[in-house]
Amino acid sequence: MKDQYDVIVVGAGPAGSIAAKTAAMKGLNVLMIEKRQEIGDPVRCAEGVSKVWLRKHIEPDHRWICADVKGSRIFSPDGTMIEMAEEIAGGEVGYVLERKTFDRALAYESAKAGAEVMVKTRATGLIIENGFVRGVRLMHLGEEKDVRSKLVIGADGVESKVGRWAGIDTSLKPADLETCAQFLMGGTGIDQNYCYFFLGNEIAPGGYIWVFPKGKDLANVGIGILGSKSGKKHAIDYLKEFVEQKFPSAKILEIDVGGVPVSGSIERTIANGLMLVGDAARQSDPITGGGIITAMEAGKIAGEVAYEAVSRNDVSVSMLEMYEKRWRQTIGLEIDNSLIVKDLFVSFTDGEINSLAHSLEGVNFSSMSLIDLLYALFKANKKLLWDLRVLFKNVVKHELDFER
Amino acid sequence: MAIKVNKFKCGYCGACVGVCPPGALELVETWIEADEECTSCGICAKICPVGAIEVSR
Repeated sequence: MKDQYDVIVVGAGPAGSIAAKTAAMKGLNVLMIEKRQEIGDPVRCAEGVSKVWLRKHIEPDHRWICADVKGSRIFSPDGTMIEMAEEIAGGEVGYVLERKTFDRALAYESAKAGAEVMVKTRATGLIIENGFVRGVRLMHLGEEKDVRSKLVIGADGVESKVGRWAGIDTSLKPADLETCAQFLMGGTGIDQNYCYFFLGNEIAPGGYIWVFPKGKDLANVGIGILGSKSGKKHAIDYLKEFVEQKFPSAKILEIDVGGVPVSGSIERTIANGLMLVGDAARQSDPITGGGIITAMEAGKIAGEVAYEAVSRNDVSVSMLEMYEKRWRQTIGLEIDNSLIVKDLFVSFTDGEINSLAHSLEGVNFSSMSLIDLLYALFKANKKLLWDLRVLFKNVVKHELDFER
Repeated sequence: MAIKVNKFKCGYCGACVGVCPPGALELVETWIEADEECTSCGICAKICPVGAIEVSR
């Protein structure tokens, strides 16, 4: 470890690794620190990811792909099943990853591009001078050290402190967080070609239960509930109930827990000398909870902007506005639209979810586009059209690609 | 401040750190630490996925 870098990236998840790789490939001097001793472990994620978008950042590798998913099966509270083929099921269907291996592969990519990677190294504060972030105070094996840099990229996840230290309030309200628990299970007997989603306020208030195939007879069985609806019972309690009822003879091989930001875009993700990316910037999708792709997209933009800023010797907010603008005009628009859908979804009663599901029963989605699907939904549920009017205005305005 | 994290239940996911209004919590590798900024508001205990946190006023 040196005393001075162009860029210090805090956190070696997908956002941090892509940011570090992008900046290093451009020739910048990059340090990426990770407080855990093992990158990617413990997992805090359902591990589903869109194929098309993943390929933009890394060539798929069988070493970290557990399952290749063909479609989704969504169950309403009364058990009505809606089956969607892969093309229209949305961004969260495609591959199911092994994050422990995937995150390491991404970190290794950044190391091969020239970034220095340090594990078991935690940021304990920022060096701030004259209103500019000028480096990171870090702790490695119990020893604290100041390391200076022209720019800091905060990729420190849901528990991010980097933004707060620079004066950006990233604290989440309970209603802005999905609190999640997951079992890796053997012997559920599910069809490995599908991702399963179970909806209902009784089983998963303000969220859903997922069952994602992980190859052989393994599956991630997990739940997210809205933080504001947690308390008397916690995510793990709901999950245990579901598993006892649904998969009584399946075996638990791993427990994962985590918090997923569903706040939608926050007001600011930059400060002088600082950019926030991924969960630290609350860039996860409010309706699906998916955050891998948005994190990688943001990481790439941040890495490119870091290069521009360092080359021009200007790391001020007015320069870094380039990052802010670029992510808001791309992933930001989709995050905002998902927030509209999420706000509507969490207001649904189980009866309303059931009637939506009934209106789609028997429709063959494999031969339909998403627009056809929406048309079928809205034809049967006129009120939905009204509730989602803002969404349509956005779609028309920005010609959004719904198929991401 | 009276926050108790049951380290035997805690999955060190950091969700509590993300919701803490004054930023009093920190996920240090595999355990949670609270500093004197804690106001005992109880939000962390409410949202903990595994119910590992107890807060008393």
